[in-house]
Amino acid sequence: MDLFHNLAIGFATAAQPTNLLYAFFGCLLGTLIGVLPGLGPLATIAMLLPITYALQPDAALIMLAGIYYGAQYGGSTTAIVVNLPGESSSVVTTIDGYQMAKQGRAGVALATAAIGSFFAGCVATLALAALAGPLTATALLFGPKEFFALMILGLILASVLSSGPFIEGIGMVVLGMLLSLVGTDLNSGSQRFAFGIPQLFDGLDFVPLAMGIFGFAEIVKNLEQDDKLSLVTQKITNLFPTRDDFRRMVPAMLRGTALGTLLGVLPGGGAVLSSFASYTLEKKLSRHPEQFGKGAIEGVAGPESANNAGAQTSFIPLLTLGVPSNVVMALMVGAMNIHNIHPGPEVMTKNPTLFWGLIVSMWVGNLMLLILNLPLVGLWVKLLTIPYRYLFPAIMVFCSIGVYSINSGTFEVYEAAVFCVFGYVLIKLQLPAAPLLLGLVLGPAIEENFRRAMVLSRGDVTVLLTSPLSASLLAAAAIAILLIMLPTIRARREEALQE
Amino acid sequence: MKGLAIRNHRAFASGALFLAFAVFFFVTALQYPAGIAAKMGPGYFPRLLAIVLAAIGLVIILGAIKSTADRQTLRTWDLKGLAWIAGSVILFGALLFPLGLVGALFVLVMVSSRASPEFTWTGALTNAAVLIVLCLAVFVYGLGLPLPVWPSLLN
Repeated sequence: MDLFHNLAIGFATAAQPTNLLYAFFGCLLGTLIGVLPGLGPLATIAMLLPITYALQPDAALIMLAGIYYGAQYGGSTTAIVVNLPGESSSVVTTIDGYQMAKQGRAGVALATAAIGSFFAGCVATLALAALAGPLTATALLFGPKEFFALMILGLILASVLSSGPFIEGIGMVVLGMLLSLVGTDLNSGSQRFAFGIPQLFDGLDFVPLAMGIFGFAEIVKNLEQDDKLSLVTQKITNLFPTRDDFRRMVPAMLRGTALGTLLGVLPGGGAVLSSFASYTLEKKLSRHPEQFGKGAIEGVAGPESANNAGAQTSFIPLLTLGVPSNVVMALMVGAMNIHNIHPGPEVMTKNPTLFWGLIVSMWVGNLMLLILNLPLVGLWVKLLTIPYRYLFPAIMVFCSIGVYSINSGTFEVYEAAVFCVFGYVLIKLQLPAAPLLLGLVLGPAIEENFRRAMVLSRGDVTVLLTSPLSASLLAAAAIAILLIMLPTIRARREEALQE
Repeated sequence: MKGLAIRNHRAFASGALFLAFAVFFFVTALQYPAGIAAKMGPGYFPRLLAIVLAAIGLVIILGAIKSTADRQTLRTWDLKGLAWIAGSVILFGALLFPLGLVGALFVLVMVSSRASPEFTWTGALTNAAVLIVLCLAVFVYGLGLPLPVWPSLLN
């Protein structure tokens, strides 16, 4: 069996003591930072990126994946204990998780999240391993127009799923793509939008941009709102779910895992979409929908399994097609590029130990998180009591050093400061930043593939619609737009009828 | 003039922001040769995107002044907090080489701490000391990142 052979290669890499150690450190640090309110996976990864610079590529990737899960997991803890989602995929966990905590069942809620995440992680790892081969083979069939269509689909879905009006999300995508044009045009070698600044010849760096917007600007926002955290102060004692809890959470976990695994693969999807979808599903299927919002264990088990599965399978499009499906994956591209790995179909064939090692270490990371979190949950909760006025300068320090270390240059530091101001403008205008970053990352590839497709078709745009594969991808994008417009159209018609 | 009043100030400002970026990119892109669809020059794709962005900006602006638009005002801005935070980052960049990591981090922590309404001198000084020691231990001695630790005058 190919699958087992590949997993064996992966285990040989992942089980090396040093790699185990890095996976462990990644999970530990990720949880440590991710548990802090207001710091999601994106900011956590961006902050911890410099730690991986000195490592070997496989160790660095394994550690980054660990950081990602750790941060994801830390967000759930914050959601349950302080009713504050560490990141958007934990938003739904706050609904029932915090209610459980208030009823003195914080331990059970945390255990449910941990068990659900671990189970989902196991399934998603297998799905990733099983799908990687066939999808990579499909990727090899893709030409420029198919890649172009796929990326357009991803960007449309990402803006459909972002908060706020759809058109503003699309605007942010296009703006991100325009920003991605800064630098050297690969085809002609001429400088665009660089204004003679040599540091801009390679384009705008993703990391200072992400840190400026998601790190620094977020701090300014947090400082404005001085609401106190409503920490659940009871000691967390009983971690074990009762027999009845088990009966209710297991089916929710199974459904959540299935849903998350599927939705994670979708371009534009990932943890956020998965957790929301799972919560809706559980509420619909439940015989006691009235218990939701009042501490229903299904409302924790389902979404927590789903977001972990989605977080993991969102690696699939990145590793097989080279297309990041969400912002965290986009940051992963940045991190991989630093180590001179360019994600795409070639990684699996050229560098199988790295590829399979990474996949297996994801499972190892999930196991570590289970062990790390259940006994140590008291420690994480204690971290939440550090006042923000000590916390945010620490974030500033880590981000600043991280930005400087990208190229050992201060230009990136100034870039981050500029994007801090820009990010603050976005917060005030309630414009979503995630589509901007995705546009920035996918922009160059979209332009390149579009240009190539047009060269091949001699400037005939209809070729995008006459090729079956690209046509169906674009059709899916069009359907997504229609679906999001429908409620608006309906609302408008009702409005018109009323007048 | 009921119809032309800006009802949704937030959306109006967002649309104007998109429009401004679109104009900037379009005008700048006019310097680059556009070529034709079959053989695009460096200016083709930027112009295309700028036109799309301008259209999006216009749609948002029109939506904001339409008589059925939601009424929404702009939120208040905390420019002082922004100045402390962004300023501390710029100072860090400017001071890293003349003052070294220790000095630049000290300034970064002290200046950014001022952004907090609960700022105290003792708290900020303690925090700076702890963070400097931590960073030296982790980044300089632990990970061996090439960072200038002491002021350049001493080297």
